[in-house]
Amino acid sequence: MKFTLSWLKEHLETDADLETIVETLTRIGLEVEAVENPAEKLAPFVVAEVLTAAPHPQADKLQVLTVNAGTGEAIQVVCGAPNARAGLKGVFGPPGAWVPGSDLTLKVAAIRGVESRGMMCSIRELELGEAHEGIIELAEDAPVGVPFAVYAELDDPVIDVSVTPNRQDAMGVHGIARDLAAAGLGTLKPVEVPVIAGTWPCPVEISLEDEEGCPVFYGRAIRGVRNGPSPDWLQQRLKAVGQRPISALVDMTNYITLSYGRPLHVFDLAKLRGNLTARRAREGEEVLALNGKTYRLDPSITAIADEAGADGIGGIMGGERTSVDESTTDILIECAWFDPQRIALSGQKLGLTSDARSRFERGADPAFVEAGIELGTALAIDLVGGEPSQIFRAGEPPIPDKVVDYRPERCAELAGVAVPEDRQAQILQRLGFTVTRGEPWRIAVPSWRRDVDGAADIVEEVIRLEGLDQVPSTPLPRAPGVARPTATAEQMVERQARRTAAARGLNEAVTWSFLAEREAEAFGGSAWVLANPISEEMKAMRPSLLPGLLAAAARNAARGAESIRLFEIGRRYLGDGERATLGLVLAGPRGPRHWAGKTGPVDAYDAKAEALAILAAAGAPVDNLQVLGEAGPAWHPGQSGRLCLGPKNALAVFGTLHPRIVRAFDLDGPVVAAELYLDAIPARRGGAGHMRSAYQPPALQAVTRDFAFLVPADLPADQLVRAVRGADKAAITGARLFDVFTGQGVPEGQKSLAVEVSLQPAEKSFTEEELQAIAGRIVAAAAKLGATLRT
Amino acid sequence: MGSDLERLKQDWLDRIAGAGDLAALEAERVAALGKQGAVTALLKTLGGMSPEERQSEGPRIHGLREAVTEALTARKAALEGAALEQRLAAERLDMTLPVAPAAEGSIHPVSQVMDELAEIFADLGFSVATGPEIEDDWHNFTALNIPESHPARAMHDTFYFPQNGPDGRAMLLRTHTSPVQIRTMQSQEPPLYIIAPGRTYRSDSDATHTPMFHQVEGLVIDRGIMLGHLKWTLETFLKAFFERDDIVLRMRPSYFPFTEPSAEVDVGYHLEKGRRVLGGTDHFMELLGSGMVHPRVIAACGLDPDEWQGFAFGCGIDRLAMLKYGMDDLRAFFDGDLRWLRHYGFRALDVPTLSGGVGA
Repeated sequence: MKFTLSWLKEHLETDADLETIVETLTRIGLEVEAVENPAEKLAPFVVAEVLTAAPHPQADKLQVLTVNAGTGEAIQVVCGAPNARAGLKGVFGPPGAWVPGSDLTLKVAAIRGVESRGMMCSIRELELGEAHEGIIELAEDAPVGVPFAVYAELDDPVIDVSVTPNRQDAMGVHGIARDLAAAGLGTLKPVEVPVIAGTWPCPVEISLEDEEGCPVFYGRAIRGVRNGPSPDWLQQRLKAVGQRPISALVDMTNYITLSYGRPLHVFDLAKLRGNLTARRAREGEEVLALNGKTYRLDPSITAIADEAGADGIGGIMGGERTSVDESTTDILIECAWFDPQRIALSGQKLGLTSDARSRFERGADPAFVEAGIELGTALAIDLVGGEPSQIFRAGEPPIPDKVVDYRPERCAELAGVAVPEDRQAQILQRLGFTVTRGEPWRIAVPSWRRDVDGAADIVEEVIRLEGLDQVPSTPLPRAPGVARPTATAEQMVERQARRTAAARGLNEAVTWSFLAEREAEAFGGSAWVLANPISEEMKAMRPSLLPGLLAAAARNAARGAESIRLFEIGRRYLGDGERATLGLVLAGPRGPRHWAGKTGPVDAYDAKAEALAILAAAGAPVDNLQVLGEAGPAWHPGQSGRLCLGPKNALAVFGTLHPRIVRAFDLDGPVVAAELYLDAIPARRGGAGHMRSAYQPPALQAVTRDFAFLVPADLPADQLVRAVRGADKAAITGARLFDVFTGQGVPEGQKSLAVEVSLQPAEKSFTEEELQAIAGRIVAAAAKLGATLRT
Repeated sequence: MGSDLERLKQDWLDRIAGAGDLAALEAERVAALGKQGAVTALLKTLGGMSPEERQSEGPRIHGLREAVTEALTARKAALEGAALEQRLAAERLDMTLPVAPAAEGSIHPVSQVMDELAEIFADLGFSVATGPEIEDDWHNFTALNIPESHPARAMHDTFYFPQNGPDGRAMLLRTHTSPVQIRTMQSQEPPLYIIAPGRTYRSDSDATHTPMFHQVEGLVIDRGIMLGHLKWTLETFLKAFFERDDIVLRMRPSYFPFTEPSAEVDVGYHLEKGRRVLGGTDHFMELLGSGMVHPRVIAACGLDPDEWQGFAFGCGIDRLAMLKYGMDDLRAFFDGDLRWLRHYGFRALDVPTLSGGVGA
């Protein structure tokens, strides 16, 4: 909301300077976004009189002027304007002045051999308009030497405030003045509403068919108007706040809108067909609006229609068909009130913003309908003449009768500032509230504050004007003792996983939660696809963290990164919920080349190693995990797996990604990855407290024995190790695969697996017989898998 | 006889000293002390002597044996030492060769800042709450006193899903972390002291906005909580977070549908080498939105607004990270550029703690 200082002062009697006003506006919640004074850039330019004008000796089109700029000396200026002549009063820029319209700084210069000490300026050169045919001609009585901006009344700062959506009252200059007055910055000048007696009956009847959307609609005709450009003062004011002057009648409605937050509309009576109706638009009904665009309406939108059809989007924008123009002679002024919620929804639906909408959706003051039409009529007659009709009043303004119960102690209870009762009452009264003090206070809310409806709102009004800087910083109550831990088990799992991954040399990334649908497809597809995505690439909520990491890996590869190790902790968005997940991607060589050995490309076992290490850190029982099945269609079918606690309980997938996926992300293989389902990790058994079990190291040293078996080539090694380990639960404390061999000495279709078994004696050392018995059990267990001891 | 033994001893000592390697030395040992050795032979003569002769000759012959044994041991040690030195000289390696490089991991600044927030607020008695990012419009808007048509909804350009939730509610990506307030108030008994960090989404993309970003929400619901407590909490948090005592806050009346009164919080900053550094009062920037929880919001969660009141605040986590650590481009947060991650990231063991400081 923009307005000028002089405009404000028409509504506010104040001695406050600009700085105070600006500071106060922000302090009371009307945040000032910008202050600009057009006079500042015109400061060096003064009113001057041309004393003499003589032809330039070297150039036909130039003249040599002497100018009186109030300095007491005659200044010589070379000028090319055809209208330059002795006696003319214009605008002079001295050397050193920056000319905004041509972006140059004046200096003393010789023009065709004649010295020129400044410039007489055109309209365009001062950025006051487009005219550039000649220099500015001022009135004969213009005072020489006076700053031009002062003389032209351009010295009027423009203040731009950001009005929050709750403040209907601040959408007009008058309401802003009221707030400043309540803040102690002067006195609000009351609105003087003229009472204009119509001399003839309104020729148009207005009916309300949509009383919910438009409960009141006043209309008044004026006949015999002469529409044309509005006067300078009005044009200047509108231009100052960024509005384009159109014609006196249109400018009038904009001026009332900006001054009072009260939108009006003007119809050309000659273009209206019969009577007016505020009704719901018909499905598909179209209106060519004043902005030149056609809008397709539906019955949720209130239309203003004559007998030829809709020609206005009620409360948002008028229609072109019935609009006023230069030839208009008879008009109808509309002053109506529209339901804020309906306006907001209609505006959103049509994607149409306007000054009217921004006021009606906040809620124009329903008690100001009568005032609005009278003020509009008065200004219209003043600008374009004519003879007003009586007012046609359809409907009743929905003036709320809101009274809030309030205890003045609430201010201290909620805001922490004990504002004295008299002061509270004073603030509220200045804002237009009617305060009846008692037990409790009964506070009547003014019709322009539909946002206020409870004690908390009253406290806000009081503290807003008293100053939030008065609120004392007050420590929260603190529980005795050291702060207690707050992290949940899930949060601890994430923290451990994150720090472990980083400690293992993985770099944490944060990638988008949404991706292209085709990227989601290979990872099971997205259960959540946005209806209004920002782009096709950011459309589907990710079913996996891997596509985002692969895209990041590809970007890094494109930048020349060789060894890529990325991870992310975030959510997968599945049909039945959001799952805490850690994804990791390894690409390129394991590390940079090194003199001591080959580094080689990453393989599936690297991914498995990371997955197991991070799972272990996050508290998963990794010793009990089995690799089951394949990881899915995104993975290499022979080099991937699921790490499971049972057939249906996967804690992670890992492996080499399918070459098709790798290619789809513009990567060169192999690329390996893992995805850890952090929410599937069983909770650590709690309750035992901090106490560990008693320390009881075995009395005797463990012994190890190695066994090499020949097994079918397709036997998963883990099955053999588990079988060996389970062969004697009392004696065997560990079994570790340490060699896999195929080749010489191993029959075709078989492989050799070597397992180191740890045996822990209890009270006394194993005898040779006992060791042989254990070995026999091991061989027997392995034999069930088709393994034979290699000899 | 005596001088014979002396001569013999000197002879053996010379022979031992002359042994050039361990094999030669062993040969001398056998020659002197082996079963057939010369010294062994002398020792054997003792048995055939009269007691008087043995009395005088015994110590001398034993002396010879000891001298030879000692010489052998010393010579062996010397030869072994020389051999070791020779071997070590042959084992010399270039100690300037580089060791095998280990991959250096890093923690993303957003995660680090979330951990810092958790640490600071834990000390103030706040726990960390979470909620879904795919929300329904009741939790994201309606319960927060943002009715369907309210102009405030126009402030959020919200991402919607075509499907409805189980209650027929429109599903969307949460536009702020505030729905976690609602879920917490609905599921837990006051007093409540929580922060809720997480991902949030708005249909916004330009130099300073990304469609996904991170926010942290704070909520206190208790008896007798007022605006002054909010101010203190934010001051205390920001002083701890930025590890500066000269943090100055300015509260400015504003509007959020879910708080009443509402305040924007501006924070003082100054410029150092062209970068904004929080502290002092040279300039002020908007940093947080806050206010007292609206009675309607408390009531919508099933609590009695006459009994319980409190405050809420919200702040961009990415923004906090940028102000503390000096990143200038929000979009880089989500690019996964390894160079950026290493530059702005944190080491695994940079765990923020109160004793070690929350700023790594």
